[in-house]
Amino acid sequence: MCDQTFLAATFGPCDNCSKASPLMNIYLKNEPINYCSFCVEMMACQGLQKGETLTSLKKESETLKKKLEEERGKLTDVELHQVAEKVEAVAALSIKTRRVLKGHGNKVLCMDWCKDKRRLVSSSQDGKVIVWDGFTLNKEHGVTLPCTWVMACAYAPSGCAVACGGLDNKCSVVPLSLDRTENLAAKKKSVAMHTNYVSGCSFTNSDMQLLTSSGDGTCALWDVESGQLLQSFHGHTADVLSLDLAPSETGNTFVSGGCDMKANVWDMRSGQNIQSFESHESDINCVKYYPSGDAFASASDDATCRFYDLRADREVAVYQKDSIIFGASSVDFSLSGRLLFAGYNDYTINVWDVLKGNRVSVLFGHENRISRLRVSPDGTALCSASWDNTLRIWA
Amino acid sequence: MTIRTARPNRGQAFRSRMHCLRKLEAIVVEMHDPKNGVKGSVQKLNVTTIPHAVAGSDIIAWIRNKMQSTPEDAQVFGTMLVAYGFIYPLQNHRKLVMCNDSSLYRFQTPYFWPVQKWVPEDSDYAIYLAKRNIRKKGILEPYEQAHYSHLHDWLNHKWDFIVMQATEQYKASRDRNKSDRVVLDCQERAYWIVNRPPRYTQSALDCGPDRLVDPNVEEKITFDQYRRVNVFYQQAIMRPRVKSSVSLGALVKYITTYKNHDPFLASCQPSNPWQTDHDAYWTLNVRRVEVPTKMRVERWSFSLFELLTDLRGRDDFKIFLKKEFSGENLAFWEAAEELKWGTASSMSAKAETIFKTFLAPGAPRWINIDGRTMGLTVKGLDHPHRYVLEAAQTHVFMLMKKDTFFRYLKSPTYKDIQKKALNPEPHNFSPAQLEQNARNRSPGIHPIILWQQEEEEKTKAAAAAVPVDVKAVMSKIDRKK
Repeated sequence: MCDQTFLAATFGPCDNCSKASPLMNIYLKNEPINYCSFCVEMMACQGLQKGETLTSLKKESETLKKKLEEERGKLTDVELHQVAEKVEAVAALSIKTRRVLKGHGNKVLCMDWCKDKRRLVSSSQDGKVIVWDGFTLNKEHGVTLPCTWVMACAYAPSGCAVACGGLDNKCSVVPLSLDRTENLAAKKKSVAMHTNYVSGCSFTNSDMQLLTSSGDGTCALWDVESGQLLQSFHGHTADVLSLDLAPSETGNTFVSGGCDMKANVWDMRSGQNIQSFESHESDINCVKYYPSGDAFASASDDATCRFYDLRADREVAVYQKDSIIFGASSVDFSLSGRLLFAGYNDYTINVWDVLKGNRVSVLFGHENRISRLRVSPDGTALCSASWDNTLRIWA
Repeated sequence: MTIRTARPNRGQAFRSRMHCLRKLEAIVVEMHDPKNGVKGSVQKLNVTTIPHAVAGSDIIAWIRNKMQSTPEDAQVFGTMLVAYGFIYPLQNHRKLVMCNDSSLYRFQTPYFWPVQKWVPEDSDYAIYLAKRNIRKKGILEPYEQAHYSHLHDWLNHKWDFIVMQATEQYKASRDRNKSDRVVLDCQERAYWIVNRPPRYTQSALDCGPDRLVDPNVEEKITFDQYRRVNVFYQQAIMRPRVKSSVSLGALVKYITTYKNHDPFLASCQPSNPWQTDHDAYWTLNVRRVEVPTKMRVERWSFSLFELLTDLRGRDDFKIFLKKEFSGENLAFWEAAEELKWGTASSMSAKAETIFKTFLAPGAPRWINIDGRTMGLTVKGLDHPHRYVLEAAQTHVFMLMKKDTFFRYLKSPTYKDIQKKALNPEPHNFSPAQLEQNARNRSPGIHPIILWQQEEEEKTKAAAAAVPVDVKAVMSKIDRKK
């Protein structure tokens, strides 16, 4: 279990301007200090000092990067496949399509499960967001948004609302109703406002807060009731394509992956980027936490999925094969974390053994690329959304 | 009204695709190798002899050999080659899949490969359609006809040029010999099927909206970005790390602990609802069930986090704490969670209540935390924000995790529920029963109704748990005297 307790001071008077605000724990000239995010920005943007040039800063950056790699390497005493040798292999899986959800008229871009383990929400390119009961194949609710390419959708933990966003640069929350005839679009509420498309959204532990990632390179935490921006997260140098909240008891971090090939781990309280992993060779399309919260996996356009250990602070496994040359668009873990499901742009889903690194199974059936994969909350099924206008539930 | 000045630049979409398309291209070049490549032959189709045709099964066998993969994998790979336009089918030219049988395919000329950076322009398409129209009127398919009229409208200013080009190309093609002409026609037709797919067909060349940051352009990093990156690196270097053996060992331990609870690895009792269409598994594991299942009770013992996340487990834990008269820690933790995840407007009110109930000296449910944490928390409550109780909450959680939790697992409360827990018999449905299940799938209860029930229960519990105000009781007794 994750034992990382953030005992460092995260709120208090800033060492520079003495204002009480969320603090970032940084090092200046090798001394630990606590600055508020505004002071960090001011410090970064002040004019070039004497003796500093762009090249000297660049060189310092490269030396520090090398030092970080050294520090990471010092504690690398064993590799994952060595530890996995004692674990028995996964038995042959027989996973079949159990449901095909037809109803979208265009590419399905995103889906999310409800906590009741059978309902799900999906959004598509033509602006439609549909809430299904996956078990009975009923379409329970439908909302049409005025924008196309709804790339993000999420089900609220209470089951009473859904959030969706896309090319309209906003993320809106739509409260659901038991009355089938009610026009849900009328009660839609815009919560998040970004300066470019919204690529991912997720509720935190309650319906009251929403975390979004955007093509403008930032992630943000919003208060749903007032639409207020609670915290913004800057650090990616290109579009952020995906985010995932940590499931651990501390529940204060989330990971995001973007087009700058980096996966960053953020502290939700102060907005600080606490860890960063830069080993992919192309855009990272999806990131997902391991069920214990101590690791995460990422899927990228370079046709690999990678597994990162947060406590050891490094990449510990790469899932790739010569015959797989199309980008992976989505990943998710099974309930125990042993299996990693990954959807690819060559219309297939590969199931990887997380520990041993080999592919356990391939799932065929979709007729266009997989846009999103999610395992249901109790681990009984896997749902995949695809650009062939359908969703499939596998078990 | 929007004015379209230029065709959207598809350069961005190419970048991520280039990664895979270059690898595909390398493999296709290998396929062409006369010695080790795919064996081609001359096939007769209708009356004409078509050179260089290959059977689907041959291509798939070659891919299998090269990649050491299964036939399904090879077929998927082959389908990608067809979908992107490196190979095209001769029969059924509209369906862009690779079939593992004797259906014929041919390699597309490199001029038309998608790795070339030029974009298939509308004017090129118009020339192609015009050319076909000139050759034989009425040969265009309905979707092509629709495209043609549309292009005629919006490319009207260039139409003379287009017709001229089309006529030129038509005349040039008439001078070639028959088999060359057939091959060139097929190639061009295949190219346009890939790049202008008919309606309601899947196209592999679809791409999402453009990214904000153009990946084809070299990034210019400014000095402030370097400064920020350096601040990050310094902080990251000083971050405490754990030895790989320890952290990887913990990951393996997690997997081993949860192995039997993973429905993909071990069967769930009585049966997986998605497989048998019977939702007993869900009804047995509902939030407020009298007697939980054995698996559920076992899961509570894995960690305090599991026990608290499963609200049924939390209820059981509360029963235990009530017996021990130490319920205030959990109550504080729950109140702090509500503060953290609540609305921004309710925060100060909640912070007030929590202070009065748990932290103030002489408070009715005073929690026992160390002086330093108490000091920090009380000071922070002057300007309440959502993380003001973080330190106290973590302290209380650690207390419960390291002490109370283990006592709970050894307590009669837990042992009792373990004994009472259900172990449902696995379902064994006959095919007829399975069909009946499929017809009678139960709709379950809507989450909104469940949530409303939960809220009612919570208010009832809150009303019942109002702490007894000792002073009021004493003063009442005094007055009676």
